[in-house]
Amino acid sequence: MDLAALDDLKAKVAAALPAATVSSAYGEVNAVVPMADIVAVLATLRDATDLKFTTLIDVTGVDYPERGKRFDVVYHLLSMTRNARLRVKAEVGEGEAIDSVVPIYPAANWFEREAFDMYGILFANHPDLRRILTDYGFSGHPLRKDFPLTGYVEVRYDDEQKRVVYSPVKLQQEFRNFDYLSPWEGARAVQLPGDEKAKS
Amino acid sequence: MSQAASIDDRKFTINFGPQHPAAHGVLRLVLELDGEIVERVDPHIGLLHRGTEKLIEYKTYLQALPYFDRLDYVAPMNQEHAYSLAVEKLLDITVPRRGQLIRVLYSEIGRILSHLLNVTTQAMDVGALTPPLWGFEPREDLMIFYERASGSRMHAAFVRPGGVHQDLPQKLIDDIYAWTEIFPKKVDDIETLVTENRIFKQRNVDIGVVSQQEALDWGFSGVMVRGSGLAWDLRRAQPYECYSELDFKIPVGKNGDCWDRYLCRVEEMRESVKIMRQCIEKMQPGPVSSDDGKVVPPKRAEMKRTMEALIHHFKLYTEGYRVPPGEVYAAVEAPKGEFGVYLIADGTNRPYKCKIRAPGYAHLQAMDHLCKGHMLADVSAILGSLDIVFGEVDR
Repeated sequence: MDLAALDDLKAKVAAALPAATVSSAYGEVNAVVPMADIVAVLATLRDATDLKFTTLIDVTGVDYPERGKRFDVVYHLLSMTRNARLRVKAEVGEGEAIDSVVPIYPAANWFEREAFDMYGILFANHPDLRRILTDYGFSGHPLRKDFPLTGYVEVRYDDEQKRVVYSPVKLQQEFRNFDYLSPWEGARAVQLPGDEKAKS
Repeated sequence: MSQAASIDDRKFTINFGPQHPAAHGVLRLVLELDGEIVERVDPHIGLLHRGTEKLIEYKTYLQALPYFDRLDYVAPMNQEHAYSLAVEKLLDITVPRRGQLIRVLYSEIGRILSHLLNVTTQAMDVGALTPPLWGFEPREDLMIFYERASGSRMHAAFVRPGGVHQDLPQKLIDDIYAWTEIFPKKVDDIETLVTENRIFKQRNVDIGVVSQQEALDWGFSGVMVRGSGLAWDLRRAQPYECYSELDFKIPVGKNGDCWDRYLCRVEEMRESVKIMRQCIEKMQPGPVSSDDGKVVPPKRAEMKRTMEALIHHFKLYTEGYRVPPGEVYAAVEAPKGEFGVYLIADGTNRPYKCKIRAPGYAHLQAMDHLCKGHMLADVSAILGSLDIVFGEVDR
């Protein structure tokens, strides 16, 4: 998207949503809105004649464990008539419930179920907030940053009981998180002898 | 039988799948029926869930790429393409012309691979056994083109951030060009079997009608919106690579039923062949990937000769490259619809978050809405026309 169109879209979104913080990066427009307003915001964006974000592309969560309000709920919107995209974000704390947008976009149903399943984000007034991708009877929220990659349980078929059994995960070798990130590259705090010669 | 039991004996609940041949993979549908009329569909998905998004958070940007082959495994390179576009957007690198043309060429091969599978199995879902046998023959040719470019028939890992992994040999390009001359005839052959077939039309015309408003409400994309008459195609509306220079048409349907979606897919295959021919005609010798040594690993011969290339090679295959902090959403027009990658980078060598937006996921959740009031036998016809692949739905 060219810069003029981007600024234009930014101005229109900012005008339609007074409570939102609108910014742009990488040719995309972001709007951060308060959690309580989300239904009203998306209804405005869908119905305003100069925006017409009629398609909900995606809803997902993002986990920032070190933050006060732990989760971001991210909505990606598409306007086919205006040929524009918009990202709307709202911060949600753990245990808080954000309003479901299913009444505005029926497509949000499964995406919100997925965000609930993967992050444990609660959606108020969702018609059917069940787990969707994980196993029947699964506990935990796998995409949270504090959920281990290897999980907690493993399944196998037990020939004696003639059924699939669950047992705590047993690793033959301890899980190793290979961190090859160079401590030198991009380091500013550490001054090595000879660094002063580099033209930073 | 007691009086109370006989009142409700028309209502019952059945399981469809997860091992049903028409379920297109591991879909379990819990169907609530009133006689033969479907009252409610509850799809249970996740039986093929592999935690791709979680795994990607623990891999470097290059190591994450092959997971994309395993999403929609009938058109692997289209997915890699979306991911590569997202990484390139964050890194702000451009792909050389020849690399772009090769990407487009193979994206269209992927589209034909996917549509050939779908239109023929859609016919199989309603009882025709011959079309898949006819369709799989050209699919085999295309998979050989995949193999000759990448070394692998399906899991190619060929489109990489910065360009494509290797250049194509001239003989391969010539063979693809020769194939584009004979393929339209094969589409005609398949059409003689299916398109005007009486049974196929009885089972698909006016079944699973999607209105334009429904297509928007349910977040549909790709053929699911074009079948309903909305001329929306990301290759035209938000062109990436060199699609803006290529001449192709966007077929749209009129009624939005299963038959229109079938017709759209058939026409798209013909358009894809045209795009492939244009790509080959435009192709000039040149580099196929960016010359940014901090992102694209050096060629092997170069690595043996220069120290700098050796260091780059070592660093890129152990540490990988750092991607500056930011978030992007990149989407491509995959055969099944809009395939998007939402990538958040935190400045390290691994993605902080990678959300994969699969078109099939949005389409499948409308099953309840589309099937309500249809007959039980129509469920498999509608499912066939949605073009579902469980690799991408379950991720």
